[in-house]
Amino acid sequence: MAGIPHDHYEPKTGFEKWLHERLPIVSLAYDTLMIPTPKNLNWWWIWGIVLAFCLVMQIVTGIILVMHYTPNVDMAFASLEHIMRDVNGGYMLRYIHANGASLFFVAVYIHIFRGLFYGSYKAPREVTWIIGMLIYLAMMATGFLGYVLPWGQMSFWGATVITGLFGAIPFIGEGLQTWLLGGPAVDNATLNRFFSLHYLLPFVIAALVAVHMWAFHTTGNNNPTGVEVRRGSKEEVKKDTVPFWPYFVIKDLFALAVILTIFFAVVGFMPNYLGHPDNYIEANPLATPAHIVPEWYYLPFYAILRAFTADVWAVQAVSWITGGIVDAKFFGVLAMFGAIFVMALAPWLDTSSVRSGKYRPMFKWWFYLLVVDFIVLMWVGARDTNFPHDWISLIGATYWFAYFLIILPILGVIEKPTTPPATIEDDFNAHYPSASDAAAE
Amino acid sequence: MIRKLTVSAVTALALATGGAFASGSEGHVEDIAFSFEGPFGKFDQNQLQRGLKVYTEICAACHGLQYVPLRTLGDEGGPNYSEDQVRAFAENFEVFDAELDDTRTALPSDHFPPSNDPKAPDLSLMAKARAGFHGPAGTGINQLVKGIGGAEYIASFLMGFTGEEKEVAGAVLYENHAFPGGWTAMPPPLFGEDVDFDDGHSNDLHHESVDVASFLMWAAEPKMMARQHTGFIAVLLMGLLSVLLYLTNKKIWYKLKHRDEA
Repeated sequence: MAGIPHDHYEPKTGFEKWLHERLPIVSLAYDTLMIPTPKNLNWWWIWGIVLAFCLVMQIVTGIILVMHYTPNVDMAFASLEHIMRDVNGGYMLRYIHANGASLFFVAVYIHIFRGLFYGSYKAPREVTWIIGMLIYLAMMATGFLGYVLPWGQMSFWGATVITGLFGAIPFIGEGLQTWLLGGPAVDNATLNRFFSLHYLLPFVIAALVAVHMWAFHTTGNNNPTGVEVRRGSKEEVKKDTVPFWPYFVIKDLFALAVILTIFFAVVGFMPNYLGHPDNYIEANPLATPAHIVPEWYYLPFYAILRAFTADVWAVQAVSWITGGIVDAKFFGVLAMFGAIFVMALAPWLDTSSVRSGKYRPMFKWWFYLLVVDFIVLMWVGARDTNFPHDWISLIGATYWFAYFLIILPILGVIEKPTTPPATIEDDFNAHYPSASDAAAE
Repeated sequence: MIRKLTVSAVTALALATGGAFASGSEGHVEDIAFSFEGPFGKFDQNQLQRGLKVYTEICAACHGLQYVPLRTLGDEGGPNYSEDQVRAFAENFEVFDAELDDTRTALPSDHFPPSNDPKAPDLSLMAKARAGFHGPAGTGINQLVKGIGGAEYIASFLMGFTGEEKEVAGAVLYENHAFPGGWTAMPPPLFGEDVDFDDGHSNDLHHESVDVASFLMWAAEPKMMARQHTGFIAVLLMGLLSVLLYLTNKKIWYKLKHRDEA
């Protein structure tokens, strides 16, 4: 097997040997837990554990919530109030699950941007990156499906708007939308299939997470220097790495505990902060809310969707070239999915020979601008579309695409990177100089 | 050209979050210092009892509380009535029983009745559905100490009638400072001294409005105090765990980071 050479599990007792010959499960757990991990990982590397924890937390709370929830348009809203008022601890379960989705997305965004800065997407980790993007897409779908289940006003109208996006696809759109909804409009059939899929997708995510981990356990972790672990011998490996257990397990658990402290403060003291008040009004197909705003974690891409209106010349040009098949509405949908697609293509768009952004003086600033751009898009996605919000969305959306399609390819050619340390050991020792190192200098 | 946005793709998708309620026409909501705001806020049992009285004698004429079980009036942290009081209170209501296919006197295990008037919305969750206070800078983070603003909206609305009326398409609208748009179809329900409080508390318009708003906040979030209590313990335990893990982590890495002493 590829990967970093390290000590493997040796069955010792008779039973261990017996089991190992039949099912090497202890070996799998041992190798997974003891994987050599670059010892210079910084605090941006803790979010993977947070994400794994979120997935488990959402599945556990979700399964219990399902025991009390009724997926029917006449009863769903009331069943949530039943959970909030009658079920023992139901209010905590529900608020943890709802806010847990937000924590999940906070973590995934930081995790993705960490990958973008330190070049974790670059060879040989492209497959890890692509699987990660698939996980992210599945998370978005799961989050959206879940938000429909309380059957409040935002649930209903959010579902109407988002499934409407599929209706924008030329020729097949209308049929596709009807097929997704199970009828001409969002109704009981929609709620039932969304419920079914909301229960299914987390397990798909769990499987993808396993593949994600398998992929980066094969290539080894990236690290802040982007320098690979020396893998000539086990002794060399030991200079650059430490085993995941206990070094990073404890470090990650510490970070997780701090994050959960903040999380429980939100759940305990302001659990409705990230929700929309309108979702405490039962769904009413006859009353459209004044503002239909998606959950905060969709806002950057929602802003990109709205940015490309019929006034934008690029939209008009595409519409003219395609003979009107790609209209402004469909263009917006393509832009929204395209924004994630170009991010998935980053491994092939980034031409730089240096992996980590730490050693790329120009890249750094473009990357920081991308982070700002993401936050601005998130902000503007919750605003109306009047001036100047329309221009801010358009500029923000354009930069998003420019970063991946133009800046990343060009930077690799024109930029003169600085020199990363020769080894991970050097980097670690530079952070934690010993007295003898200091004396030698 | 920019204005054309209203006929753009966005509107085609009914996504327009446009200026139906531009900030100018948002109603004025007064900040009231309720006892239940902030991480350690508590419901005032006497205030909830007064609010229940206002609700029962005035609001319930049209509105309902269909999600609120009557028995929860006896809950600790709520109005905290005794079992007998709750039973007696429940007897004021007639509920429809599907098994009897007829109405009968309500029991504590029943819910409050739904709205009598189909145009009057149910009030069970109104205090959460009307949450506001989006400052500072639109982040809304100040709700941690100021509360979510729903109770403030209800109180401001009840006090916001100016007495002006107008007729639009056969319906009478009443001017209200707190209502978005300024005109509501609901006639003013409270004028002051509408109910007599058993505890002799002032029954002017302000106090009645604030008391019933407080009661409706409890109706919307009856487990608030239990939730805050759980949250507090969770924060405490996770904080303690953080400290322990911090020390463990420090110890584990010590030898690696201090190679000389190893």
